[in-house]
Amino acid sequence: MLDSSEGYVTEDGRKIGGVVMEMKNITLRFGGVVAIKDISFDIREGEIRAIIGPNGAGKSSMLNVISGFYVPQDGEVWFHGSKRPPMRPYEVARQGIARTFQNIALFEGMSVLDNVMTGRLNYMKTNLFQQAMWKGKAEAEEVENREAVEKIIDFLEIQHIRKTPVSRLPYGLKKRVELARALAAEPKLLLLDEPMAGMNVEEKEDMSRFILDVNDEFGTTIALIEHDMGVVMDLSDRVVVMDYGRKIGDGTPDEVRSNQEVIDAYLGVSHD
Amino acid sequence: MPDQLIFAMEVILNGLMAGVLYALVALGFVLIYKASGIFNYAQGVMALFAAMTLVGIMNGQVPFAHLINATFGTHIHKFGWNVPAFVAIIMTMAVMVLLAWAVQRFVMRHLVGQEPIILFMATIGLAYFLEGVADLMWGSEIKALDVGLPQGINLWIDETTFNIFGYGFFIDNLDIVATVIAALLVTALVAFSQYTKQGRAMRAVADDHQAALSVGISLNFIWIMVWSVAGFVALVAGIMWGTKSGVQFSLSLIALKALPVLMLGGFTSIPGAIVGGLIIGVGEKLFEFAIGPLVGGATENWFAYVLALIFLVFRPQGLFGEKIIERV
Repeated sequence: MLDSSEGYVTEDGRKIGGVVMEMKNITLRFGGVVAIKDISFDIREGEIRAIIGPNGAGKSSMLNVISGFYVPQDGEVWFHGSKRPPMRPYEVARQGIARTFQNIALFEGMSVLDNVMTGRLNYMKTNLFQQAMWKGKAEAEEVENREAVEKIIDFLEIQHIRKTPVSRLPYGLKKRVELARALAAEPKLLLLDEPMAGMNVEEKEDMSRFILDVNDEFGTTIALIEHDMGVVMDLSDRVVVMDYGRKIGDGTPDEVRSNQEVIDAYLGVSHD
Repeated sequence: MPDQLIFAMEVILNGLMAGVLYALVALGFVLIYKASGIFNYAQGVMALFAAMTLVGIMNGQVPFAHLINATFGTHIHKFGWNVPAFVAIIMTMAVMVLLAWAVQRFVMRHLVGQEPIILFMATIGLAYFLEGVADLMWGSEIKALDVGLPQGINLWIDETTFNIFGYGFFIDNLDIVATVIAALLVTALVAFSQYTKQGRAMRAVADDHQAALSVGISLNFIWIMVWSVAGFVALVAGIMWGTKSGVQFSLSLIALKALPVLMLGGFTSIPGAIVGGLIIGVGEKLFEFAIGPLVGGATENWFAYVLALIFLVFRPQGLFGEKIIERV
């Protein structure tokens, strides 16, 4: 079922489309350390794809390869059916891949609204002078972008802190603002680096709900990293499991759960 | 109205005008500091460099003439033409953009992620390098700069105040022009940083590099842009100061006067640079006028620094700076 190029239907009846992104034989080294070793997997349109694994498995490195922060020594990245040349992170972002960070990376000095607005920078096409004068096309464009942003702010339930400087927000809300900024770019692929890290149970439930809602409402393709197994299994449609830079499992949560190698990795069997 | 009060008013007016010129230099510092966290020691030298380039281009000087003549035994000094001021200003701006690119490409790009003190040291190096290049390119003699700005006493103010107070105020036309230009410049800069895509991107880069990359901002582009804008501000300051007191090495020292201005206004605030400049301008003139005679004069040399020192003790972030809160 997973092999058909037309996609598949999930247990809860959502239709998953064709391949959006395909990683082919990715190898990433830092000097002598091999962070990712010959890993291949794909991400399909509309699905929630998780990458899991114990600490140091190379999950974040993988996300950084996808978003262009790291350039792999070997392997190919295919996006929307064409091979991607080595790119800088901002070029990747302009292609429609948005991301959040494990240690929140927000613009601390700006308000929540301004932060989310930066997600729309690539939708601003009028020139400098029009924008500075705040006239004609630029004004219409700003209104349009603002509407898109307000919609997302509403959706993530952060209206009440719109004008608050980000630096004053608690951790859980910052994570949500970061998600809002990534969503504002209307990404073709949304990468979430440990969206639930450091949260309490309630915040985790909130975040899970938002991730599911985003996927449902906007049809956004999501790839996320998490090491809380429970959360991942509930959220995702398919899961890649990594350990020591290798891929040790790939499939639906149920398939992965019953994979002996995965169980070993999580319960800690000695590597020989 | 008592004479003393009328004098004081003239002094304040003159102080405001001088303050505008301080603010112009301070602006350049604030821009780069806001966008990259770098305290650009070279800002003053950039103003000098811009002014020298402008004069050189206007007079049709051959750049590096001394070097060329010494190497090849030739005697060329001038192209033999004069470039109109307007065209020369545009050409100088092109040179400043080129300089911005070079600074980014050869210096700052290699220092990404380094400690602020290292970046600061790099700009000190840049200051001396640029000073040397400016001398080598255009020669080190003092030059007059005239781009057609009005100079001399403003007769209208002189007459009007004479009719009202019975005493004519001496206000230099150049100072009035400087004030108008500074006001325009600040309005343009604020509009740029608040309302434009590039301005937003600039503020974003200043805040967090990674996050900026993730929303599709090219750091290189933004940094070159910021240094270009600082180059533009330096050019404006260079024209003003150059017209006022000739293009000479001491121009680069006005940067030092910008330091107390920044401490007063806060390193991160554009309005702060303006208000700080005005306070220093008025403060030192008024202090010299009121207290100067009692202590033997020449208070203008140190007043600004003492004021800055007092600020450092009681309000280290300046009037408009971001409050520094240390969480323990």
